[in-house]
Amino acid sequence: MLARPERFFEDRFGLTGVAMERLLGGALRGRVDHADVYLEYRVSEELVLEEGAVKKASRHVSQGAGVRAQSGERTGYAHTDDLALPNLEEAARQARAIADQASESAVVAVAPRGRPHDLYTLAEPPISADLNRKVSLLGQVDKTARDLDPRVRQVIATLGSEDVVVLIAGPAGWTVGDIRPLTRLNVSVIVEDGGRREIGSFGGGGRVPFDFFLEQDRWKRFASEAVRQAVVKLGAVDAPAGTLTVVLGPGWPGILLHEAVGHGLEGDFNRKQTSAFSGRLGQKVASELVTVIDDGTIANRRGSLNVDDEGTPTARNVLIENGVLRAYMQDRLNSRLMNTGPTGNGRRESYAHPPMPRMTNTFMLAGQDEPADIIRSVKRGLYAVNFGGGQVDITSGRFVFSASEAYLIEDGRVTEPVKGATLIGNGPEALTRVSRVGHDLALDEGVGTCGKDGQSVPVGVGLPTIRIDEMTVGGTQV
Amino acid sequence: MIDLLGRMLEQARRRGATSADAYVVEDQSFSAQVRLGQVDTVKHAREQHLALRVFVGRSVAAASTSDLSADSVTRLVEEAVSLARITSPDELSGLPDADLLARDVAPLDLDDPVGHDLSPEAKIDLARRCESAALESDPRITNSEGGDFGDRRARYAYATTHGFSGEYRTSSFSLSAAPVAAQDGEMQRDSWYHVTRKRARLDSPEEIGRTAARRALRRLGARRVKTSEVPVIFDPDMAATLIRHVASAASGPALYRSASFLVGKLGEVVAAPSVTIVDDGTIPGALGSRPFDGEGLPVRKTLVVDQGVLRSYLLDTYSGRKLGMASTHHAARDGSGVSVSTTNLYLAAGPADPAELIRSVKNGLYVTELIGFGVNGVTGDYSRGAVGLWIENGELAYPVEEITIAGNLLEMWKRVEGVGNDLVFRDRTAAPTLLIGRMVVAGS
Repeated sequence: MLARPERFFEDRFGLTGVAMERLLGGALRGRVDHADVYLEYRVSEELVLEEGAVKKASRHVSQGAGVRAQSGERTGYAHTDDLALPNLEEAARQARAIADQASESAVVAVAPRGRPHDLYTLAEPPISADLNRKVSLLGQVDKTARDLDPRVRQVIATLGSEDVVVLIAGPAGWTVGDIRPLTRLNVSVIVEDGGRREIGSFGGGGRVPFDFFLEQDRWKRFASEAVRQAVVKLGAVDAPAGTLTVVLGPGWPGILLHEAVGHGLEGDFNRKQTSAFSGRLGQKVASELVTVIDDGTIANRRGSLNVDDEGTPTARNVLIENGVLRAYMQDRLNSRLMNTGPTGNGRRESYAHPPMPRMTNTFMLAGQDEPADIIRSVKRGLYAVNFGGGQVDITSGRFVFSASEAYLIEDGRVTEPVKGATLIGNGPEALTRVSRVGHDLALDEGVGTCGKDGQSVPVGVGLPTIRIDEMTVGGTQV
Repeated sequence: MIDLLGRMLEQARRRGATSADAYVVEDQSFSAQVRLGQVDTVKHAREQHLALRVFVGRSVAAASTSDLSADSVTRLVEEAVSLARITSPDELSGLPDADLLARDVAPLDLDDPVGHDLSPEAKIDLARRCESAALESDPRITNSEGGDFGDRRARYAYATTHGFSGEYRTSSFSLSAAPVAAQDGEMQRDSWYHVTRKRARLDSPEEIGRTAARRALRRLGARRVKTSEVPVIFDPDMAATLIRHVASAASGPALYRSASFLVGKLGEVVAAPSVTIVDDGTIPGALGSRPFDGEGLPVRKTLVVDQGVLRSYLLDTYSGRKLGMASTHHAARDGSGVSVSTTNLYLAAGPADPAELIRSVKNGLYVTELIGFGVNGVTGDYSRGAVGLWIENGELAYPVEEITIAGNLLEMWKRVEGVGNDLVFRDRTAAPTLLIGRMVVAGS
């Protein structure tokens, strides 16, 4: 399996390990602290159903190489989408230009430690599955959604699949490859009732075969969840405005962790000391009920990787343990400058981008509480079970995430649905207010995409039901 | 490039396409980031992208690649044609009528033939000067996420099987700084930038750096405020985010899917009479200008909202046909086909001096940054995290953070009580200072 990416680039583009070694050795020897070449070949496909028919289909191929040279804190990066060797040499020359101002340090880059995982070898990758089966599934999604409720006006179902072959080569002749399948089915419905319109969306996927959507009738659940959410929102009242106790449901609400602590614990911000979490290792940043993990090694998950985009095997990293900050997420550059080791979090969107520390699957460990008891413990509050996106200002620590499905809690009971509202908090404080953690940890369905510095990568999140004693809810009901 | 497109379209026809269109983009870019005076990251790139859309009868499919070799182009054509055989026919699909196509490529002065001619060292130096100006402007500026310079030159070509072909070049230059201010254990980051099509028109690095520093410094000492319903003033960049939400809701695909709060609102009052929103792709040298849209139709000036009344949607050919209207020449292309995008979108300047608008508010919020995605395009419900300055008795009194602002976009636009006279095109979307009479600010 590990030989395959190497043979792929050799057969198709004549790029052998020896050629890579010569490229890095010749152009960069003796001038830089680290150098590598990242080769990527990506095929993706998207089918879109709307108004009952698949009217849009597209297929994309992209290929390219990124050459990186690092010296001290400096990074030179050049990329090209022409994989001919002379182009790579030119890219290496440009990447090196920056290193010319560097000290006399020799190339010290060593091969990544540890073996790559084998988390998503598939007999049939999703992109190879029969197109007619895919078109027919989208048709069934449409019919199911419309049959569920007469108020459904529009169904938009999208099935995306991709296969990415990567090969990372270092200066001492080492290479690490990976083949990464990924797929996602998303269903959005517009419902209309007496002039009021609403939207509901649901989806899922992962590094799984096409049949994943058929197993356990997942596609049916995606369709019915989208309809259910849209219909619930039709009856939603204005959300409250102000500080409230908030209960988050399991699964996707884990986006809280991604925004409140995840980004702030990425190595680059902490090396530069621009994060609200800078210099706080060993300190208490959350309630003792809170343990947060970033784990890139869970089989078939959207955020998982056999190796990161610098060739380092991914790992299960404990970020916060019983409330105490334990570790940052690192790539090679930032771990070298901070005198720690890479954690398997060096990721990039594509060959056109240099890697940086990024999350994989970020979640909170389960606690002891019964979810129903957690809700019962709240006199007046908000119960939020589905979210749109979130964002964080890592320097001030302020983060937001937007509830798309939420309910009022009154006297320990879940009552009326409320309109979407943004929740805002302060990263280093928010998790200190976690007072209950349920036993129902769930990971999300496989839809997350994280953006940082213009680069998007697939990620996962997870959460048990938790109670946060105080959070600002951005509704309109004063 | 036009030859390559011509050959590919011919190949598509031979393989069974009834009609087709294709575009190619070639671009070259450079960026430099300097942090604390030292070079942090330098990026060089050369990229190309070829995309094809084919119609087989009334069925359509698209394919794209970054590999322009002959073999790859042949594969691309085969894939697009075979994909079009599995999609459902749609009688409204197809290229625009040939007589609507742009006859010539309007000279819009979008490239800078001399501006790119600068050594990497000189480009790095611009980034360094920009960051230094921020770092040196105040002792409380203690750290930085860097100063950045970037330039990009691109060449676009587009051709169709029904006779259109055109190409044009663009340039862009950007310079920015993102300093961090600190005081009493509090850290605040902010940034400032400038983007232009001509390097000579870039603001000076010192001016950008000092503005970035001022913006970070004024956030120090931020407090939370009590939840209340108050007037909210959006600074020009934040007001521009509000007109982007209008443009999304006015775009054809959102409308024919009923996924917009502007469904059925054409000809109706959707904003206060002081609100006029324009999209103008014909402004020479502007960042959003282009000679023809993604389907070869000449760009023009569109009055979207005229004195509060919704006058036009933003349509490509297909969404226009779906709505029984003509394209407004707003087609944009990506590898998957055609979508809708704005060109230079702006809120027309009003009569008010921005300082006057602030003075008119007794107790309210001046917003300088918004975060999060809490905008429901179907209902117009709006709830976002905000950073800004609190206004007390007509004065910017102190910085505030960890608050949200919420309302509904249709109501917010009707509650506009002041439009500033300070419209400046700093980006593809621009707006002057905007005063909304009442919104809910949630805090403690």
